[in-house]
Amino acid sequence: MRWLCLVAVLFTLVAPALAVEPDEMLKDPKLEARARDISRELRCMVCQNQSIDDSAAPLARDLRLLVRQRLEAGDTDRQVIDFLVARYGEFVLLKPRFEPQTFLLWGLPPAVLVCGAIGLFFWLRKQPPADAGSPLTEVEKARIATLVESPTDRTAH
Amino acid sequence: MIPELGHYALVLALGLALIQSVAPVVGARRNDATLMQLANSTAVVQFIFVAISFAALTACYVRSDFSVATVYENSHSMMPLIYKFTSVWGNHEGSMLLWVLILAVFGAAVAAFGVNLPATLKALVLAVQSWIASAFYLFILFTSNPFLRLANPPFEGRDLNPILQDPGLAIHPPLLYLGYVGFSIAFSFAIAALIEGRIDAAWARWVRPWTLAAWMFLTAGIAMGSYWAYYTLGWGGFWFWDPVENASLMPWLAGTALLHSAVVMEKRNALKIWTILLAILAFSLSLIGTFLVRSGVLTSVHAFATDPTRGVFILAILLLFIGGGLTLFAWRAPMLKQGGLFAPISREGALVLNNLFLTTACATVFVGTLYPLALEALTGAKISVGGPFFNLTFVPLFVPLMFAMPFGPLLAWKRGDILGVAQRLTLAFAAAVVAICVTFAAMGVKSALAPLGVGLAFFVMAGAVVDICERSGLFRVPFKAALRRGFGLPRSAFGTATAHFGLGVTLLGIVFATTWGSERIVSLKPAQTVSISGYDLTFDGLVPRDGPNFRELAAKFTVREGGVPIGIMQPSKRSFPTRSMTTTEAALMTRGPSQLYLSLGDAEGDGSIAIRLYYKPLVMLTWLGAVIMALGGALSLSDRRLRVGAPKPAAKPAMQPAE
Repeated sequence: MRWLCLVAVLFTLVAPALAVEPDEMLKDPKLEARARDISRELRCMVCQNQSIDDSAAPLARDLRLLVRQRLEAGDTDRQVIDFLVARYGEFVLLKPRFEPQTFLLWGLPPAVLVCGAIGLFFWLRKQPPADAGSPLTEVEKARIATLVESPTDRTAH
Repeated sequence: MIPELGHYALVLALGLALIQSVAPVVGARRNDATLMQLANSTAVVQFIFVAISFAALTACYVRSDFSVATVYENSHSMMPLIYKFTSVWGNHEGSMLLWVLILAVFGAAVAAFGVNLPATLKALVLAVQSWIASAFYLFILFTSNPFLRLANPPFEGRDLNPILQDPGLAIHPPLLYLGYVGFSIAFSFAIAALIEGRIDAAWARWVRPWTLAAWMFLTAGIAMGSYWAYYTLGWGGFWFWDPVENASLMPWLAGTALLHSAVVMEKRNALKIWTILLAILAFSLSLIGTFLVRSGVLTSVHAFATDPTRGVFILAILLLFIGGGLTLFAWRAPMLKQGGLFAPISREGALVLNNLFLTTACATVFVGTLYPLALEALTGAKISVGGPFFNLTFVPLFVPLMFAMPFGPLLAWKRGDILGVAQRLTLAFAAAVVAICVTFAAMGVKSALAPLGVGLAFFVMAGAVVDICERSGLFRVPFKAALRRGFGLPRSAFGTATAHFGLGVTLLGIVFATTWGSERIVSLKPAQTVSISGYDLTFDGLVPRDGPNFRELAAKFTVREGGVPIGIMQPSKRSFPTRSMTTTEAALMTRGPSQLYLSLGDAEGDGSIAIRLYYKPLVMLTWLGAVIMALGGALSLSDRRLRVGAPKPAAKPAMQPAE
């Protein structure tokens, strides 16, 4: 099913070359490693759901070079990302920030888990213990008596 | 003539589906056996007509009949025969036809094999199947006719998108659709049960094989798609959290939950309402997946808005079936009686926990996939939700789930003894600890979480083995007796253990390939060598070649391990003149469960070429695990108790209504 998005976007634009190209890489391996980590968090805006680290689009290359330029200029990771968000908007982040418009996005998974757990807790507590069971009431005893008399009707528990 | 035949057959199938939508329901109401049995015939004949229609379209592709619009747009006379077949479903119209074909296959299978189903239940199930089928026939006929003719047929077609010209794509969509559409059976059973207002343990026993079959195909289909993406897209990843992938993962998660809750319902008559809801949800998510992929809404909300015919149609189908299903559920479910009490610490309790985590994981994928669309539609703000988000939210849910996994099958029904189970898992714990220590010792403490992941994988795998040992009494009773007991175990017990083992294998592959893989990005001149993880690759030179409908430039590399040549890798770049597109074909060399992965970049003027080389340790385990999971499903499916349907205990005649 992946092919559809690819059909639509990727391969009509560019011939896929490499993502990160040898000439882009920084001399300093530490800085380069940081650049790669940052690149994985940033979206190539003309692609579908690809990070600039993965994408072969020219725009992704420009962004990779930009990230490396900022790193060489001495920016922290945070500053590089802030710079790109200021320039291209939140859309560039593959992991959206926790802010009012994404509260629901970040909040929903834990909320589902917590609510589910609480719901389960009360549901299980509501159940009488599986082994013991309370003593039979008079009504139940009478019902058993009728059931025993008509052995065919055994569907009810 | 052939396309018209195909078109006509599809219209006839619609006619039959409409009859099948109404007659069995009336029959079930009036208790009219003739009307109810009508559904059996219509389901089978419907399948025959859709098959004719599909065969007609296939014939158009094989004969390169470019007077048919979809053939012109997606095929080429020079294309290898296998891709002429796969182009049939390599486009919107054809893939929808495949969708209804598989729906018809399942419908006919229920009609043919559901001999021991109660008559009214079977009639209603087939009717609901037909409601779905009718909606999709109408969708195809009105908005996506694959048989549309061109007034002035061109001499040559525009070729299939080169990225789809791949053997992996020959089987990926059919497998995936078998999974997607297979959940329609569970859905139909759920709706039928709600309409009847009656549901019991036997119901779960009838539904489980269908769900199991669908789950197997979906598991294999997702793995296939993942492997295809891995070797085709050229950057060596195998899961991208792309919305299109998520669309198939969501039904898988819901379907896995459904399989487990159906066990509780079958064995203990509990969790009925929840199981029904999951059956509705699993297919709803399949429909949502179809909508996401087919409506174009993923590419852009605006593209959807400018040409909304298809999107709106599918959206209407979606609302009708999901909304209708859930409404019916809200109305009828409270009337279903719950049964089968159990303590929190019990096999049932473990399966409930499994369901909690799986549904939360499913909800996470759901919200992550749809949130950007919803936000853009509502406020216009554009955000991206990608891999880093899912890694942070999805992975923490799967860790406790997998930790709890070995406990589940060892706990007793109704009331279990967690300490006893932990004791019996001593061996599995030991395996995990050894694995963690060995990994730390071998790989260092650079990534502290990864060895824990390895430990978890070993815990799950060893847990599955312990499960079988415990069941057969190995090490407790004499070996011969244990062997006899082992052979006597129901196949489904082996199925469970195998599937669980498979998930452990997959986890091991993922952890290794993502943590300890290495990468080289370099530019090489002929005769230069690059080394990675003990392998040396020498660039021998570029070789131009001609394919049937493309030209390619292959780069030849000799691979040596310790100076000894072990093979040749030839990654290439193919250019397809018809679409003026280029694809990169990565070269793979499998070394045991690990792989070398080589992908080409641009050739420079001075004869050098940029390459991206990976060593992916144990990466094959990722997919092998999925194959093992699917095999586990098949084992469980071959269980005699499922094959012959519900047994007929003489003491409970009312559980088994006469046909």
